[in-house]
Amino acid sequence: MMLANLLPNVQWETMWAATVETLYMTGMAVAATFVIGIVLGLLLFLTAKGNLWENRLANMIIAAFVNIFRSIPFIILIILLIPFTKWLVGTMLGANAALPALIIGAAPFYARMVEIALREIDKGVIEAAKAMGASTWTIIWKVLLPESLPALVSGITVTAVSLVGYTAMAGVVGAGGLGNLAYLEGFQRSHNDVTFVATVLVLIIVFVIQFIGDFVTSKIDKR
Amino acid sequence: MIQLEQVTKIYHAANGSVTAVDNVSLDIREGEIFGIIGYSGAGKSSLIRLLNGLEKPTSGQVVVAGRDMARIKGRELRKARQEIGMIFQHFNLLWSRTVRENIAFPLEIAGVPKEERQKRVDELIQLVGLAGREDAYPSQLSGGQKQRVGIARALANNPKVLLCDEATSALDPQTTDAILDLLVDINKRLGLTIVLITHEMHVIRKICDRVAVMESGKIVEQGEVLHVFRNPQQPITKRFVQQLIEPEETEEAVSHLFGQYPNGVIAQLTFVGEAAGQPLITQVVRQFTVEINILQGKISQTHQGAYGVLFVHIDGAADEIARVLDYIRSQQVAVEVIHDAR
Repeated sequence: MMLANLLPNVQWETMWAATVETLYMTGMAVAATFVIGIVLGLLLFLTAKGNLWENRLANMIIAAFVNIFRSIPFIILIILLIPFTKWLVGTMLGANAALPALIIGAAPFYARMVEIALREIDKGVIEAAKAMGASTWTIIWKVLLPESLPALVSGITVTAVSLVGYTAMAGVVGAGGLGNLAYLEGFQRSHNDVTFVATVLVLIIVFVIQFIGDFVTSKIDKR
Repeated sequence: MIQLEQVTKIYHAANGSVTAVDNVSLDIREGEIFGIIGYSGAGKSSLIRLLNGLEKPTSGQVVVAGRDMARIKGRELRKARQEIGMIFQHFNLLWSRTVRENIAFPLEIAGVPKEERQKRVDELIQLVGLAGREDAYPSQLSGGQKQRVGIARALANNPKVLLCDEATSALDPQTTDAILDLLVDINKRLGLTIVLITHEMHVIRKICDRVAVMESGKIVEQGEVLHVFRNPQQPITKRFVQQLIEPEETEEAVSHLFGQYPNGVIAQLTFVGEAAGQPLITQVVRQFTVEINILQGKISQTHQGAYGVLFVHIDGAADEIARVLDYIRSQQVAVEVIHDAR
């Protein structure tokens, strides 16, 4: 009752639905970003000078792609991607419509973190694996990824936190979720209590992500 | 076991090219411990990496266990590498794996089934003396223990050759000796050919059968360890041999004694191998009418026998002293007169 008096305009069912939408968008985008980012990061790392698949041209192309999409402000990226999203998802509304922009915005960002994480691996360990007769695939699966895992996890944690922010921005242009609710219900109808509750919920999501990320990182880091 | 023929390795960089290995020919026999000594930048790291194909020669032939390491690639090269173990100065263990998992890694690469892998890992842990530490992570081990894991890992696939890249350079003297003992033990027990590179003459002295001295990419001197010790030809070899002689055994250490001996000569006697075991001084005193006074001395053990330095003062008639020196030379002991007051 107290809560209802303090927050007169908050409809908890709508708020809950928006939270689920935000979690859905973040979760899907994080999963896809993790996979695509690692693939791009590995390619960046392996094609660089002195590495297993050294290839200047490929490295330049991937680096250019990553740099361009990492540099475009997210809100502009959403607008630029409207035709692509419409073609892919069929609509610009709802949580799924936000995913292409979220993933394309976050994956290159994460790819750079993956590349940095891989470069941190001691070259000697890679050399030792080569000397044992390991194939490139074995080196990727059994050396590069396990040895950089703590950095990969802390990187995806940072990226996930950014993605929560991105979902709020995507919400403003119709993608649903807490950002959408805070904008339509809270800002446009001047219901500050709605904005406030949506903000608190976003903060809780961010804290939980950070906590899980830190916990997993410390668990797997045996250095 | 290993033949290098006129091997040259040139690195091309933006500011010119560097010849790391310059027309090197070597023949390393099966079952021996072969040392390559040189200062950093001499090209020994490149040379040892040619042996398992981590580097490809610019020209020349590298044959290891009948395989031409310079020509083969892909699956065949990976297969060949499984038969050549390698250990490193900085151990290069995977920190994300336990001792057991690190040792199992080369077995996973070779496609050994899980049960067999476990059995083999247990054997190796016993062999290198790491029982009780199986489930530790590398970060929980000392340097010596890490190198033991490195050795177990290198031996996992029963290699014919073990390459040691400055394997003891990051370890303290005591641990170095323990690791060297382990290498000799493995060499004897498994009949493994060991090739090691180092900048420490101590390592060569302790375990090697033969040694090659490397400078600016070239092998400037090679041979049996004792032979090289007795007769170092090149200035660089002499410097390395000097490393073994403690400061108190050098000329400077006895030079202050020169004034105390106004007569006779002060000579440095260098004993190698069997000569070090003979009662030489007794013989001299019995056969010649001279007085002999031992000023300073030390005998160190090598893999093939003893190596020692003795500073003595010999006094008597000039021609008698000359006969004594000839006699000592005839006993396979090198004599250098460092102070002559005759």
